[in-house]
Amino acid sequence: MPDATGLELIAQRVRENVGEEAVRDTVFHRRSATLDVAPESVHDVLAYLRDEDEEPWERLMSVHGVDYLPAEPRLGVHYELLSMERTDRLNVRTRVGVDDPRVPTVVDLHPTADFQEREVYDMFGVVFEGHPDLRRILMPEDYEGFPQRRDFPIGGEPVIYTFNEPKLPRWYD
Amino acid sequence: MTEPLNVPYRERERSVTMEPLGEEHDELLTINIGPHHPATHGVLRLLTTLEGEIVRDVKPIIGYVHTGIEKSCEDQQYWKVIPFVERMDYLSYYFNAMAFCMAVERLLDEEVPTRAQWLRVIHLELNRIASHLFWIATGSLDIGAITMLWWGCRDRDLALDLFEMSGGQRFHTRYFQVGGVVEDIPPGFEEMTRGFIKTMRMRIPQYLSLLDRNEIWLQRTKGTGIVPVEKLLALGVTGPLLRAAGHPWDLRKAMPYSGYEQFDFNVPVGTVGDNYDRYRVRIEEMLESLKIIEQALDGLPEGPYITSNRKVALPPRHELATSMEALIHHFKLVTEGFRVPPGEAYAAIESPRGELGCYVLADGSAKPARVHMRDPSFVNLQSLPEMARDHLLADFITCVAMLDPILGGVDR
Amino acid sequence: MKAQQLLRGELEDADLEREVEQRLLFTKFEEAQNWARKNALFPLGFGLACCAIEMITVIGSPRNDLSRFGAEVIRFSPRQADLLILSGRVSIKMAPIIRRLYEQMLEPKWVIAMGACSSTAGMFNNYAVVQGADKFLPVDVYVPGCPPRPEALIYGIMKLQDEISGDPAMGWRERYRAEGTEERPDDGVDVA
Repeated sequence: MPDATGLELIAQRVRENVGEEAVRDTVFHRRSATLDVAPESVHDVLAYLRDEDEEPWERLMSVHGVDYLPAEPRLGVHYELLSMERTDRLNVRTRVGVDDPRVPTVVDLHPTADFQEREVYDMFGVVFEGHPDLRRILMPEDYEGFPQRRDFPIGGEPVIYTFNEPKLPRWYD
Repeated sequence: MTEPLNVPYRERERSVTMEPLGEEHDELLTINIGPHHPATHGVLRLLTTLEGEIVRDVKPIIGYVHTGIEKSCEDQQYWKVIPFVERMDYLSYYFNAMAFCMAVERLLDEEVPTRAQWLRVIHLELNRIASHLFWIATGSLDIGAITMLWWGCRDRDLALDLFEMSGGQRFHTRYFQVGGVVEDIPPGFEEMTRGFIKTMRMRIPQYLSLLDRNEIWLQRTKGTGIVPVEKLLALGVTGPLLRAAGHPWDLRKAMPYSGYEQFDFNVPVGTVGDNYDRYRVRIEEMLESLKIIEQALDGLPEGPYITSNRKVALPPRHELATSMEALIHHFKLVTEGFRVPPGEAYAAIESPRGELGCYVLADGSAKPARVHMRDPSFVNLQSLPEMARDHLLADFITCVAMLDPILGGVDR
Repeated sequence: MKAQQLLRGELEDADLEREVEQRLLFTKFEEAQNWARKNALFPLGFGLACCAIEMITVIGSPRNDLSRFGAEVIRFSPRQADLLILSGRVSIKMAPIIRRLYEQMLEPKWVIAMGACSSTAGMFNNYAVVQGADKFLPVDVYVPGCPPRPEALIYGIMKLQDEISGDPAMGWRERYRAEGTEERPDDGVDVA
């Protein structure tokens, strides 16, 4: 993991090369480094980190979504980068709001993001612009709602104990 | 691309078919393999576009075992998440629990005692052997060498007996807890494990002698399913698939965790990257795991098997009778669970299928706010179209067998 | 020799009676049919999740071996199978497919719900799992466990064999002579 100063240097280089407003924040917690970027510049930042940086991060290991309710903006997309040369990990994170959850896709840079972005779309509703085939992957195709959001109810049945057994409607009713 | 939210369902369904390639080949047939099919490992649906017997394109459709594990985990205390997460990649259950425990231990900044680390290593390597045995059993069944099914299941039963000795159950034992393991190994465990190692060292050459000189097996696996290393790296493939193609990336050696740096073992790497290499890499990995278990048993240190931080791990039973704080800790841990300070952590380990990562977001309460497992089978499945392109249908089945997808992990 | 004579009708009174006693068995046709059915179950090769691994262990492992019950022939086509062992969690995407498989099976057919997840959704009380396979399939035997031990699955199959031969195992009320413990509408409890 790059240490705190290494993370600041990476953030500095990204700001110089991609744009001043690309990097929003850097977080260094428990020996792992996170770079918070603006949603519009995700593709550029990852392209820079893969190709042009002096310490390239050439592999994308995981794309996953998080719902930060109640903190705004709610939906986060994490990109877990790995460098095999230096055996190092870096986490790049964007935050989008629920009302306009659009993030550019990185499938052209890292084809591994194909299924993973579909899963983030399926579970959270984040639309990846430019993705060749953005459909639901885990839920049925015509499912409505985005299950992994924090305000989506967990579903299932209420548990039947003896005190509420006669009062709950049974499934054959 | 068009806005996916506004495209009606029928139109989206149509996006799955392929356009015909070129003028002379317009006899493409799209058939549906699965989700119920003898050759799919679990419920995997493959939309295959065939031209005669040759596979032109494959689109895997998954989601038939989606259990909402990640959503259920947000509702449970941290130690209750462990049985949920174990059932994800259901052949390598200890690995799922290990990834989650490592992520939570990183958030808590908790130190795991050495004996617990070595016990974890023993169980992880035993699970790796059991998983590879099941893989060779069902993989050979797909390809046609049915004897391996009986042999693989027979030897797997020996490993499951060991798990039953230490954890009480053959599967999904909840043996790993945050901070260590739940209980020390019983007295006869070491002898039985050494007996198991001896038996396996005798049996694995028997498997090789059955399969390796078999002309049919060699013809079906050699030269099929080759994907170049750069494509595999771009697709995010890890584990035995990547190592068979020649890239020696193993998290146990590259970014060691839980004491792996103290063991002396090799990482088998293939050359060509065809199905034969994948099969050989996994068989050799079994032999290397036997070496690791032997070294761990020889040098198992004395000490506590779980962290002594009472805020995280339950106090031992005998203390409850004498100490008031132990009683209070026990009560708080069982009813509410331990609280984790806010933060995020991603911990990755090397499971039998590749890099298994666990991302945990903690918000300061006793329940995690988000648990996400980066499953290796989910990402490895994206390489199936590349592996199967321009191969005969029978070779395609071999590719699926050697890819070793576990649909519980793919669908979570 | 004696059998030839018996079949040709050449045996006389005492010989005839003795031969008949030794060689013939009288039974009802249904009993014979059920005996044949229960000892030659063809399970459908269908596994969903972790319980499928245990099911394959039961079928494939030499230690717990299903072929001693006659059920070793796994047919993958539902037209040729008569026992559906639902091993694993049933997700909402998979449920219509299982229903279609069940409808394709020919009568007589039986269903064993193996494991906690197919009996009652186990620990997955959420949006993605059907809460019990009996919501869309008639289930004959429920085998609890997560996953059930191979011996438990074999016990479940033996119970199914008892049920096929027309002799369902007694419910717990009969076994423990616990008559009088049922809830009645006039107890003050609002029973549906």
